[in-house]
Amino acid sequence: MNKKQKKVFIRIIITVIIMTILPFIPIKDNIKSLLYFIPYLVIGYDILRKALKGIINRQVFDENFLMAIATVGAMLLGEYTEGAAVMLFYQIGELFQSYAVGKSRKNIGELMDIRPDYANIIRNGVIEKTDPDEVEVGSIIIVQPGEKNPIDGIVYEGESMLNTSALTGESMPVNVHAGDTIISGCINMTGVLKVKTTKEFGDSTVSKILDLVENASSKKSHSENFISKFARYYTPAVCYGALALAVLPPLIRMLFMGLSPEFGDWVYRALTFLVISCPCALVISIPLGFFAGIGGASREGVLVKGSNYLEALSKTEYVLFDKTGTLTSGIFKVAGIHHSSLSDEKLLEYAAHAEAFSSHPISKSIKDEYAKEPDIKRVSDVQEISGNGVIAKVDGISVAVGNAGLMEKAGVEYIECHEQGTIVHVAVDGVYQGHILIADVIKPNSKEAVASLKKCGVKKIVMLTGDAKGTAQSVADKLCVDETYSELLPADKVKKVEYMLSEKTKKGKLVFVGDGINDAPVLSRADIGIAMGMAGSDAAIEAADIVLMDDNPLKIVKAIRIAKKCMRIVYENIYFAIGIKFICLVLGALGIANMWLAIFADVGVMVIAVLNAIRALFVKKI
Amino acid sequence: MKKTYKIEVDCANCANKMEEAAKKTEGVLDASVNFMALKMNVIFEEGCDHKEVMKQVLKNCKKVEDDCEIYIS
Repeated sequence: MNKKQKKVFIRIIITVIIMTILPFIPIKDNIKSLLYFIPYLVIGYDILRKALKGIINRQVFDENFLMAIATVGAMLLGEYTEGAAVMLFYQIGELFQSYAVGKSRKNIGELMDIRPDYANIIRNGVIEKTDPDEVEVGSIIIVQPGEKNPIDGIVYEGESMLNTSALTGESMPVNVHAGDTIISGCINMTGVLKVKTTKEFGDSTVSKILDLVENASSKKSHSENFISKFARYYTPAVCYGALALAVLPPLIRMLFMGLSPEFGDWVYRALTFLVISCPCALVISIPLGFFAGIGGASREGVLVKGSNYLEALSKTEYVLFDKTGTLTSGIFKVAGIHHSSLSDEKLLEYAAHAEAFSSHPISKSIKDEYAKEPDIKRVSDVQEISGNGVIAKVDGISVAVGNAGLMEKAGVEYIECHEQGTIVHVAVDGVYQGHILIADVIKPNSKEAVASLKKCGVKKIVMLTGDAKGTAQSVADKLCVDETYSELLPADKVKKVEYMLSEKTKKGKLVFVGDGINDAPVLSRADIGIAMGMAGSDAAIEAADIVLMDDNPLKIVKAIRIAKKCMRIVYENIYFAIGIKFICLVLGALGIANMWLAIFADVGVMVIAVLNAIRALFVKKI
Repeated sequence: MKKTYKIEVDCANCANKMEEAAKKTEGVLDASVNFMALKMNVIFEEGCDHKEVMKQVLKNCKKVEDDCEIYIS
C-alpha cells in the first residue's frame, strides 16, 4: 500500500472502532446521534471537501458529489448509522479498487520489465557501466551471465545460452556463438559475451517493444468508448431520476390521491438511487480487462498495439497468409533425398564436397545439411558449369552435381522428382545416384495452426504468394488451406486483400499475416495486420497491429483465443455491472432496496468486476 | 508534435474526464489518457508552445478532477 492508501486504511479502522463502540455508550439518544457525526467526518471529510470543490468548479455529478448528497441526506433524515456506514463502505471499496488496480498495474509492469538499465563497455581496459543510450553503433559491449543484452548486435566473442522468454514467450534457451546475431532484451545465461552493436539503443528491439506496449492503449476499443459515453449520460440521468423520485411521487400522493406525502420515505429512496448511480465499476473494469489481456498476450510473445485490435481479433473471419516466412520458414533447406542407391549420408557427403568451393545458395543448403566442414583436400579438378551445376573429383572419383541440364550434358539418365522445389541430381562416376530436393520447408507448426484456426471459428484461410503456382499448390495441399493465390506481385496482394474485405461479412474481421519485405502496404490495408517479429522487417513491424515475437504461426491461434477470452470478460463485466445496477435501481424505486443493497450495487459490483477483469491476465493454458 | 506525460489520478472515470478536459484545451489537437499506464499522450497543434499549453491542460484537468497531477517536465 502506498502512503495515500495507508492513510485511508487507518481512517477506516478508526471509524470501524468508533462505530462498534457507539451503540454501547449509555447516553441519551439525541446526543448519541450527534456523536455519529464524528466517525462520519473522520471517514468522509475528504469526500465532502472534494464535493464542495466540484460544485465550485461546476463539476456536479461526480462520485464525490453523489456520495456527499446521499450521506448528508441520510444524516438529515435521522439515519445516522446508515449515513456513516455508507461512507465507510464507499471508502473501503475505493481503497480496495485502488489497491487492486495498483497491484495489477505493478504485475503487468513487471511482465514488461525488459528495459536494460546499463551497458558494459571497456574503457582503458576496465569494464564500465554506461547508459545504453550513449553507446555508439559498432562499439563492443560485454554481457555477463545473468545480465540483459541491452542493444542489438552480433556476437563478437564468446559462447552462451540465451533466455529469450521475456521477448518471445518461448522458454527453450537459445545457443549463440561468435557471428550470431543477438537481439536486445534476452538474458545471457551461461557465458560472457562480447557483442558488437549494430544499432543504437533507441532503434534496438527492446526499445521498440517498450515503445509499442506503452503506447498500446492510446488506441481505444469500441467497448471502452461505449463505456465512457455510457458513463457520461448514465450518471446525470440517474441523478435527475433521483430528483424526480424525491419530488414527484409525494406531490402526486398529496395532490391527486389525498394521502400523506411521506417525503422522508421518498427522499430515502432517492438517496439510494444516488449511491447506485456511480459508474466506477464499469469505467474501471473495461480498460483493466483490456490492459490485462494485452499484458497476458505480451507475456506469451504476442505484442498487441491497442485494445481495439484485441477487440477486432476476437471477430476474425478471414485469415490471409503470405506464404514465405509465415507458413514456411523462408530458408531453403534439403527437404528430401530420393532414389539414392548409396546411403543418404554418403550422397550428401559427395554433393557437399563437390560443391565445396561454390557460393551458390543451393550449395549452401547442401553444405548446411551435411553439417560438417567439407575436407577440401579430397576435392580436385572443380569445373563450375554456369547455370547447370558442378563437376568435380572427390577422392579421385568424378562427381556431377546439378540440374537436369547437367545430367543431359554428362549423358546420365535421371529420374524426375514428383515434388516441388529445386532438384539437384547427383551422378557418381557416371552413374545416377539419385537427387536431393531443396525446398522452402513448411514450419513444423503450420499445419496445426491452420487446423486450430478453423476450430477457432475462422471461416476462410487463404494463402497468398509470389511463388510459382506448382510450389504454392503443393504447400497449400499439405496445410489444407481453403484458397491459394500464386504469382502475385505486391500490388496484386493489396488488390486481393481489398477484394476479400468486400467479400467478408460486415462484422467479421480480416487478418493478414506477413513477414516483411514488401508486406507493409498489405499489413496496413487489412483490418488487422500481424507481422512476424523475428524474421520481419522493421517496416512490417511498424505497419503491423500485432507482432509475434517468435515466428510460430500457432501464436496467431493463441492471440485469437486471448482476444476471445478478453472480450468475454469485458462483456461479462458490462452486462453484469449494468444489469445489477439496473435491478437495484428498480428495487430502490419500489422501496425494496435499502442503502445497504445500494452500497453492494456500487462497491460490491466494482470489486467483482475488477477481480473478473484481472482474469484476462491468465492466458498460459488457452 | 506528440508528447507523453506521466500522470497521477485515482479513478478511471476521473481519467476519462481528464482526457475530455485536455482535448478541449486550446493548442491540443488530440489527447488520450491511459489510466492503467498512468500516462497522457498529447498531440499539439503546429507552432504552439507545448509547455504553455500543458500548463493550461493541467489547470483544466484540476477543474474537473481536483485530485490529479500531470508531471510536466
